[in-house]
Amino acid sequence: MKLDSKIPDGPISEKWDNHRFSSKLVNPANKRKYRIIVVGSGLAGGAAAATLGELGYNIDCFCYQDTPRRAHSIAAQGGINAAKNYQNDGDSIHRLFYDTVKGGDFRSREANVHRLAQVSVNIIDQCVAQGVPFAREYGGLLANRSFGGAQVSRTFYARGQTGQQLLIGAYSALSRQVATGQVKMHTRQEMLDLVAVDGHAKGIVTRNLANGEIKAWTADAVLLCTGGYGNVYYLSTNAVGCNVTAAYRAYRRGAGFANPCYTQIHPTCIPVSGDHQSKLTLMSESLRNDGRVWVPRDESDCPKNPNDVAENERDYYLERKYPSFGNLAPRDISSRSAKEACDDGRGVGPGGRGVYLDFSDAISRLGEDTIRERYGNLFQMYERITGENAYQRPMRIYPAIHYTMGGLWVDYNLMTTVPGCFALGEANFSDHGANRLGASALMQGLSDGYFVIPNTIGNYLAGTGSGSVSPDGPEVKEVLDSVRQRVDQLTSCEGRRSSRSYHKQLGQIMWEYAGMARNEAGLKKAIGEIQNLREDFQKNLHVPGSGDNLNAELERAGRVRDFLDFGELLCRDALERNESCGGHFREEHQTTDGEAKRDDENFAHAAVWEFKGEGDTPERHVEEMDFENVKLAVRSYK
Amino acid sequence: MSSLVKKYLMALSGIVLIGFVFVHMAGNLQVLLGQKAINSYAHTLQSLPLPILWGSRMFLFLSVVVHVVTAILLIKENRAARPVRNDVEVTKRTGWSSLNMGLTGSILFAFIVFHLLHFTIRLIHPEFGEWETRVGSPDNTEIHDVYRMILAGFNIDLVSVFYVVAMFLLCRHLAHGVSSTFQSLGLRSECWKGRLDLAAKGYAWIIFVGFSIVPVTVTAQKYGLFSLYDPDVFSTSALRP
Amino acid sequence: MKLTLKIWRQSEQKDPGRFETHCIDGVSEDSSFLEMLDQLNEQLLEEGVEPVAFDHDCREGICGMCSLTINGFAHGPENSTTTCQLHMRKFKDGDTITIEPFRARAFPVLRDLVVDRSAFDKIIQAGGFISVRTGSAPDGNALPIPKDESDQAMDAAACIGCGACVASCKNASAMLFTAAKAGHLNLLPQGKAEQEKRVLDMVSAMDGAGFGNCRNYGECSASCPKDISLDFISKLNRDHAKAKLKKLFS
Repeated sequence: MKLDSKIPDGPISEKWDNHRFSSKLVNPANKRKYRIIVVGSGLAGGAAAATLGELGYNIDCFCYQDTPRRAHSIAAQGGINAAKNYQNDGDSIHRLFYDTVKGGDFRSREANVHRLAQVSVNIIDQCVAQGVPFAREYGGLLANRSFGGAQVSRTFYARGQTGQQLLIGAYSALSRQVATGQVKMHTRQEMLDLVAVDGHAKGIVTRNLANGEIKAWTADAVLLCTGGYGNVYYLSTNAVGCNVTAAYRAYRRGAGFANPCYTQIHPTCIPVSGDHQSKLTLMSESLRNDGRVWVPRDESDCPKNPNDVAENERDYYLERKYPSFGNLAPRDISSRSAKEACDDGRGVGPGGRGVYLDFSDAISRLGEDTIRERYGNLFQMYERITGENAYQRPMRIYPAIHYTMGGLWVDYNLMTTVPGCFALGEANFSDHGANRLGASALMQGLSDGYFVIPNTIGNYLAGTGSGSVSPDGPEVKEVLDSVRQRVDQLTSCEGRRSSRSYHKQLGQIMWEYAGMARNEAGLKKAIGEIQNLREDFQKNLHVPGSGDNLNAELERAGRVRDFLDFGELLCRDALERNESCGGHFREEHQTTDGEAKRDDENFAHAAVWEFKGEGDTPERHVEEMDFENVKLAVRSYK
Repeated sequence: MSSLVKKYLMALSGIVLIGFVFVHMAGNLQVLLGQKAINSYAHTLQSLPLPILWGSRMFLFLSVVVHVVTAILLIKENRAARPVRNDVEVTKRTGWSSLNMGLTGSILFAFIVFHLLHFTIRLIHPEFGEWETRVGSPDNTEIHDVYRMILAGFNIDLVSVFYVVAMFLLCRHLAHGVSSTFQSLGLRSECWKGRLDLAAKGYAWIIFVGFSIVPVTVTAQKYGLFSLYDPDVFSTSALRP
Repeated sequence: MKLTLKIWRQSEQKDPGRFETHCIDGVSEDSSFLEMLDQLNEQLLEEGVEPVAFDHDCREGICGMCSLTINGFAHGPENSTTTCQLHMRKFKDGDTITIEPFRARAFPVLRDLVVDRSAFDKIIQAGGFISVRTGSAPDGNALPIPKDESDQAMDAAACIGCGACVASCKNASAMLFTAAKAGHLNLLPQGKAEQEKRVLDMVSAMDGAGFGNCRNYGECSASCPKDISLDFISKLNRDHAKAKLKKLFS
């Protein structure tokens, strides 16, 4: 597998301009001869489909939901970063670039990140023009807030639902193209495989979730905008339907998968309440501005009502361990500390997996009304889910899987190692390194969709003819048959266990051994357990009904089947990455006081996995990350 | 025709009828002032120049037609829009009046037909048309004795009950209709909603009370509960069996 | 908790459908309504009965995918709550719960409790956008927008397109959805240029999709998980009347 990142020449700030100038163009009259498949309709997919449609390409856009407006980008709460420097507080494109590289713990590709910072300013303009109702000041200008520990105010937001508003913007642009006929929208369709002809991506095979029809679609390029793989952990803040199938199927067809072990854990989620739990709900990180995190000093106090635990019996562990950052310590650090406390037996709530986030100090200092004004909607959400009143007793929180930085390896053009197959948004790996900063996911999705791919896809398309593959060709038929066979396999399994039970069990293995803290022995054990589980799955799975109508169990079984393979790949990557960095914490590599220890000498690279065949060990390739513009440094939050 | 245009037609024809019932009620209440007042008022109306008299009648008739025809169209579409009903039919906010506009409207339509046959065309009691008097006449000629007709009309208990019930239904119809008019024409806002709803309710009750006073008091007098109307006319107004 | 569930079953669009009753025991009151259905489906799987199909995705009240009529209420009896955020502690042990799909001609049932809401997409495609080419936008701060107006637009934009308004309306009217979507864009200066065309086109798409007529009950707003106000319907009525008149006299 050849990894040519195609980073343009020139100083970092000129690379994108140089690249756009030297990129090949597709003549406007020729654009209508090309057909492009976009899989996924979130911020990246929706924006890409709309923009490419606007340019004159024929687009087929697919999503598994009933309408493109439901993609999980919708759930992002906090905001979107942009280097507008409207606050005149010293922000700049270079600073956003620097913060993102540093925040990513020096494991991202400089050139991509700089481009992201550059186009961030255009995103805001575009969204405002589309009618996204960003928060405003009384003067009528756009408001900003600081977010995720950034020292400048560069986050734009729309109440607590920035993701939904940005997605509605992209969806409305997409709808406009659907109305003109330039984009054909295919809802309730799930991509089950990639069609490659002579090594080039030329189409996909989908299953219509409403009627079970399996169909091949051909095109001149395929864009995978299918989000992350957080659901490999079963419980995550992802939507229940989020899955790795599209990306994993592309991997099996030759696309390199980069850094699958980079997963982000969010410290403030509502803890698991029981075995029935199907997903976890995130509470905005802003709560930590006023809440104090603690657990009882003594295990025996854990079952008590928290209000009955005396002040000197409480361990405010973040304040104790990180006196200068205290409760505002970064995501990975505060997540790990919560895990340590619970591993120590001092966790609270059902299953002992929770810590308190206490607002009583803030309430007595500022008054309940002020707290209500700041966090009223979050307290209400907490009450709805847990039935507890957080004004009267401390909230219980626990970390949960939230975002995945790894993804399909892409070059500067966002093309994977399969020519003609592109990956955008959370589905690719390039911009966030080993850790993503708050309010950067929305920025990356829209940047890729609105501004990057429309400029870079020409490089590929101009070099290939259009419409060269017939949907009835032998290569297409072969993929179609293999998908049919896979579906039949699932429905003909005559076991007893539901796919959900396998998913749950896989999640438990992943969370236990490849969650917040990982070590060699655990990861090896996880790989073995996953292999056993997969074997059991093939024998004992039970999928009721048939494949020719709406069958949610069949959908889940297919997704879990790929998660079982992918989970192993994730563990393998975590095992090979013998260092701690960002979201990947290897217990063997920490400082004496428990901080992550990077190994820049041996691991300042992206690990890219190549599929070698069913049952064979995948091959690990490496793309070295060169840091010419940002000096490698140690993150410290003491 | 767009669904919203139908709503505008409902609202605009509704406004005409909302205004009409108030004027009609105010006219009716003159019965309480005595034979002279009501007869003279009725005579004045009857003697309006023909284009004005028939113009207004046609305008009212047209409003009723538009209101009823549009309502039928809307109801037909609404039924088609929800072919399968919920097994459990409940509401969070909607009251009886709002839910039953079709029912109250249909009964009111039947009432209007009866009312026209009763007091305007006088087909039900043809003798009403023959009753004449000089009381209330501007030039001392014989004019139609509306006073006696009204007393006679409400001398039948069943008729009085029907009128009061119909007026109650009108009240319910207006309670939703008046506030709905503002909403349909885009004149209602969250800030004005409370006040407009209150005004609509108040208006509906005023209309109910105003229209019900006459049949109620006539019936009361019939049973000797009190004496409000001219006893001489009252005694002659009992209808032949 | 022990519950009796009376659930609508329909194998496909053409099937007339019927109710099926199932008992479920051991439901945690901390589980959400959808988690209770997950549990039921696991039980049905064991019993050899095909599980109940229902729509769901984010399970945090924002994607608008979940769509159940519970005891006659769209998204259940709680106010400002989607089905996925409704928790079982709001029910009593021993309750019988009736679960139906969102019912409307414009939302045909695909299977059991899953309905096709693509009619909403058609309304948006008719005019629920501001025509701006990617890359042609002026600076975000070039056009100051008073905070009040922007906040009002945001109130309308909070609509998650779940269809509870249609399901709760006795006439299956989509006015609250259409009004929220049109209102969001019409309230902003960016959206003014296309306002008249937008309201006329969106309303005619709404009518064309087979929704019923608004009768100003307000049941839609009362059932809306995001509390979209009836004001927006009033505004759409106003904007539409203006556009119609202007078209009539031009």
